[in-house]
Amino acid sequence: MSLKSNLHNLKEKYKGTKMAPAFNAIHTFLYLPNEVTHNGTHIKAADDLKRTMNIVIMALIPCLLFGMFNAGYQHYAAIDAAKGITTEFSVLGSFITWDNFWIGIIKVLPLVVVSYGVGLLVEFIFAVIKGHEVEEGYLVTGMLVPLIVPIDTPLWMLSVAVVFGVVIGKEVFGGTGMNILNPALTIRAFLFFAYPTWMSGDKVWVYDAVNRVGTADAISGETILGSYAQNQEIVYSNWDIFFGFIPGSVGETSTFLILLGAAFLIFTKIGSWRIILSTFIGAAVMGIIFNQIVALDIITDSSKFYGLMNTNWWQHLMIGGLAFGAVFMATDPVTGSQTNKGKWIYGFLIGFISIMIRVFNPAYPEGVFLAILLMNVFAPTIDHYVVQGNVKKRLKRLKAKTA
Amino acid sequence: MGLLSKKDAKLITDPLTDNNPITIQVLGICSALAITAELKASIVMSVSVLFVLGLGNVVISLMRNIIPSKIRIIVQLIVVATLVIIVDLVLKAFAYELSKTLSVFVGLIITNCIIMGRFEAFALGNGPWKSFLDGVGNSLGYAVILIIVGFFRELLGSGTLLGIQVLGDPIEKTGLYAFGYENNGFMLLSPMALIVVGLIIWVQRSRNQALIEEN
Repeated sequence: MSLKSNLHNLKEKYKGTKMAPAFNAIHTFLYLPNEVTHNGTHIKAADDLKRTMNIVIMALIPCLLFGMFNAGYQHYAAIDAAKGITTEFSVLGSFITWDNFWIGIIKVLPLVVVSYGVGLLVEFIFAVIKGHEVEEGYLVTGMLVPLIVPIDTPLWMLSVAVVFGVVIGKEVFGGTGMNILNPALTIRAFLFFAYPTWMSGDKVWVYDAVNRVGTADAISGETILGSYAQNQEIVYSNWDIFFGFIPGSVGETSTFLILLGAAFLIFTKIGSWRIILSTFIGAAVMGIIFNQIVALDIITDSSKFYGLMNTNWWQHLMIGGLAFGAVFMATDPVTGSQTNKGKWIYGFLIGFISIMIRVFNPAYPEGVFLAILLMNVFAPTIDHYVVQGNVKKRLKRLKAKTA
Repeated sequence: MGLLSKKDAKLITDPLTDNNPITIQVLGICSALAITAELKASIVMSVSVLFVLGLGNVVISLMRNIIPSKIRIIVQLIVVATLVIIVDLVLKAFAYELSKTLSVFVGLIITNCIIMGRFEAFALGNGPWKSFLDGVGNSLGYAVILIIVGFFRELLGSGTLLGIQVLGDPIEKTGLYAFGYENNGFMLLSPMALIVVGLIIWVQRSRNQALIEEN
């Protein structure tokens, strides 16, 4: 007997019992279920929730692989820097190496495993208690979470945050499709407020830097945002920043790969190009405003805001998590705006507020997740006014016609 | 129940569970969010409210037939204000540090909706003994929630209980901290108090389905 019919028999056997949803989830995840609907007309389409989720995960795989190599690369680069050795950079020679990948395996892979393990366990428990099928919502969240945390995040912290994010961020609202906040960002926000020392500073972004504090082998890796916030010069070239050979959260450093993912999402019509584009526009507008303020000498280099205000607006688009947030977080169809006009407003404000928080909060110079969470809350309001505006316009048209 | 009749006993036990002022009536939330970061503050706040509500209910109940109904709110306010000032001065005299932690919130007991709510809903229509029991019951119901929230927030947020380090020393890295455990700073922020209260409400309503409101 094949695995499929085995699973099917198990499903029949446990039908009606409490554990049924758990078996059904595995069955439908791997295969097309045997049951078919009987009444009425149905639209048959290939892009159900599971396929949608899987496409997003496919778009994230390059970022994950890059993050695994980058974890090792940043580690060895920081050690070299601490020893005073300068090495010539080459992609094949010093980036895609087994040493780098090995660090990715021992550091990044556990984050992925814990994120999926804990998150899906919570989903299974809720499905069994509430007696509904296991929902696929966690598939993407589970992949996003390891990509947006610092590499040295302790695994127990991640588990606590995942439990909190899935229960408070999603299940209390009624599960997949009902949440008002993006669960992955809820998890990130929880980590940030609960354990701020592990989420910021110049130690957490490079593997092993935290353990080496105070020893002779101490290493550090400040993010680019961190350097700018402290009015320091950065040592990375713009191409390094664009391709992502910089310290940062695990999978968000490479703007290039994120844009590839964006192209894939837009091509498959999973991600909204309106939201992605308007987020970048919003960020650019805010960046240009700040650049102008500096150009007019309103803020001089004695101000603590100078470093980030003086950052070129196009550089703002590449550093920090802005691109990752715009492409993979803001476009979440559940928590984002639904109407086309609403999507423009929603995206624009995310970008605009992100850069504003970035500049005015030097203690923690990354505002993207806060901006997206804030706009998640406002998305239904934006949609409401867009719809009402349309209703009013059509009423006016009707009046003009009948009058 | 030798001391209390069944009906009287219900006045005390009801607010503890099925008619809890915080989780069911959702009153007195502000103070529950503001001062529960430490267990000690929660206990002192609970005792203060117990004193004000227990005594205030008796006073209002005794005066209930002579208060003109047009100015009853003002009279009630004067009674609460008097009692709160007594509490405030006692705290300042005997527990100065604590009164600083509680700061404005002792004074704000005046505006705690539970107190005015009980005056209006109960003390104005019942005798002093019953009103006393009702006041004690409601403030105990308030206290239970405050202490639960304070317990979890202080334990998880600071790793202490009543100021004693129960999980080990975070700086010396003893106890749980030796294994890499860290205090959850989110617990010390007010939003987490709201979430903890929410979780209590969730647990309570899933255990007793009758409490779930129709909508």
